Amino acid sequence: MPETIRIKVNGVAVDVPEHTNVAAAVTRAGHVHFRRSVTGQPRGPLCGMGICFECRVTIDGQPHRRSCQVLCRPGMEIQTDDA
Amino acid sequence: MTPERQFDVLVVGAGPAGLAAACCAAESGRRVGVVDDNPDLGGQIWRGERVHPHHKEAGAWLQRVRTASLDFLPGMQVIGQNGPGRLLAETADGACELRFERLILAPGARERFLPFPGWTLPGVLGAGGLQAMVKGGLPIEGRRVVVAGSGPLLLAVAAYLRTRGAKASLIAEQAAWSALLPFGLALLRTQPDKTRQALALRWALRGVPYRTDCWPMRADGDGKLASVTLTNGRRTWSVPCDYLACGFGLVPNLELPLLMGCDVRAGFVAVDEMQQTSVNGVYGAGEVTGIGGLDKSLTEGQIAGYAATGQPAKARRLVAARKRSQRFAATLNTAFALRDELRHVAAPDTLVCRCEDVSYDRVRRHESWRAAKLQTRCGMGPCQGRVCGAATEFLFGWPTTSVRPPIYPTALANFLESPANPASLA
Ligand SMILES: Cc1cc2nc3c(=O)[nH]c(=O)nc-3n(C[C@H](O)[C@H](O)[C@H](O)COP(=O)(O)OP(=O)(O)OC[C@H]3O[C@@H](n4cnc5c(N)ncnc54)[C@H](O)[C@@H]3O)c2cc1C
Ligand code: FES
Repeated sequence: MPETIRIKVNGVAVDVPEHTNVAAAVTRAGHVHFRRSVTGQPRGPLCGMGICFECRVTIDGQPHRRSCQVLCRPGMEIQTDDA
Repeated sequence: MTPERQFDVLVVGAGPAGLAAACCAAESGRRVGVVDDNPDLGGQIWRGERVHPHHKEAGAWLQRVRTASLDFLPGMQVIGQNGPGRLLAETADGACELRFERLILAPGARERFLPFPGWTLPGVLGAGGLQAMVKGGLPIEGRRVVVAGSGPLLLAVAAYLRTRGAKASLIAEQAAWSALLPFGLALLRTQPDKTRQALALRWALRGVPYRTDCWPMRADGDGKLASVTLTNGRRTWSVPCDYLACGFGLVPNLELPLLMGCDVRAGFVAVDEMQQTSVNGVYGAGEVTGIGGLDKSLTEGQIAGYAATGQPAKARRLVAARKRSQRFAATLNTAFALRDELRHVAAPDTLVCRCEDVSYDRVRRHESWRAAKLQTRCGMGPCQGRVCGAATEFLFGWPTTSVRPPIYPTALANFLESPANPASLA
């Protein structure tokens, strides 16, 4: 069995497999909308590789982190713009 | 004080080109460092191989990487230059200065995204983008996926998603069948191993229609993707789906080479026989010198690694192989050239710049990339035009080969401390 990691997305605990990145974890937690654009449109990941900045969320209090480039760590707290 | 790391050879990019370069450079006994912004090595194609092995060739190279004496710096992004022989990099924990005698640039490529109504809906991703997300842990089993856009990547992605349980309902390739046919025949004639690969892919994708002359017109859904409408120029139809994986070929990541002052010719970093750029001691390898696939990246990486460490004889032995992969790249790029109709899919209110929410209608009134940036803020957001610049280059023929440091948005403090910012010298 792969190890799982417990994180929180918008305050709700979620268990994800080891090596899951934050973008995948946010989706696993049931969220489609990661951020709101400058005119308020909902957005989610586009490039999956760190160049488009559409997957930005707040991780452990740090805003604007590209969730597709960060691996989940135990106890991580993630917030989407709609939180 | 910013921490420093010193290397004889520094490689930027841990994709196939960078890893091959690093392994060959390390054979010389010199101190070699490899920096990559991803949390793990492998670049685009070998991303996540350690968790879910998928590519045969990756195993051998990753084994070689493990036994070579290399310093791997993951999760670190190079954002600027810090004077000659020095780069400024950033991690989640702060800045770092990387010093080097020789530099090998292997920053790879990204997908080209083109705007169409609905392309900003969550659920519309790049083709490689969705694949990368799945490799990163996104559940895809049982999800309906339409793969669209252009290039051999569409087939690789569809086949991969299928192995992970996705329902790939259609692959829509914009290129014309008449353009692909000569490519297929040339492949058969000159590249038997590539033909075998293509046939294996086709077999993996049996039952999934591959339509040429076919491209997305719009994506619809309420807050998230529900269906995509496709056209073949004569007829349009809609396909319900959970994901649209859509990319229109690849564009090189030129920001760092441009910042270092490397000459760019016809959209790619210009290099000599030994992969050296116009800047002495700075080498370029992989997709930044031309889009050409795995073999080209591996071969160029090896040549650069040997050449940068005084092993020219070993480098020369690979020149013929490089020529073959470059020829393959040329036929590939002709076959998958983008059709003119794709310039007219965006509606006036379709966003072109997703960072600043600038519409097609507002961008097209300007005569250059620079004017559009100044007047509309197109390309001025955090992605720094990496998405909309590649789109407007195709839509309006605007070249975008200028760059300003830092090449990625940064926690301002890192940057202001460093002489990479002219203002900080004042
Ligand atoms: C999204 C995507 C998916 C792909 N999937 C496939 C596939 O499934 N099958 C296939 O045959 N081909 C695929 N390709 C094509 C494949 O990437 C190429 O054929 C080839 O492997 C590229 O190798 P490379 O080493 O030149 O570049 P890459 O593999 O792109 O490696 C470049 C690395 O440099 C890093 N980098 C760039 N700039 C910086 C910086 N400033 N600081 C730190 N690190 C940096 C990047 O994050 C990346 O990890 C894909 C391409 C893309 C863009
Ligand atoms: S999805 Fe593009 S930066 Fe994360």
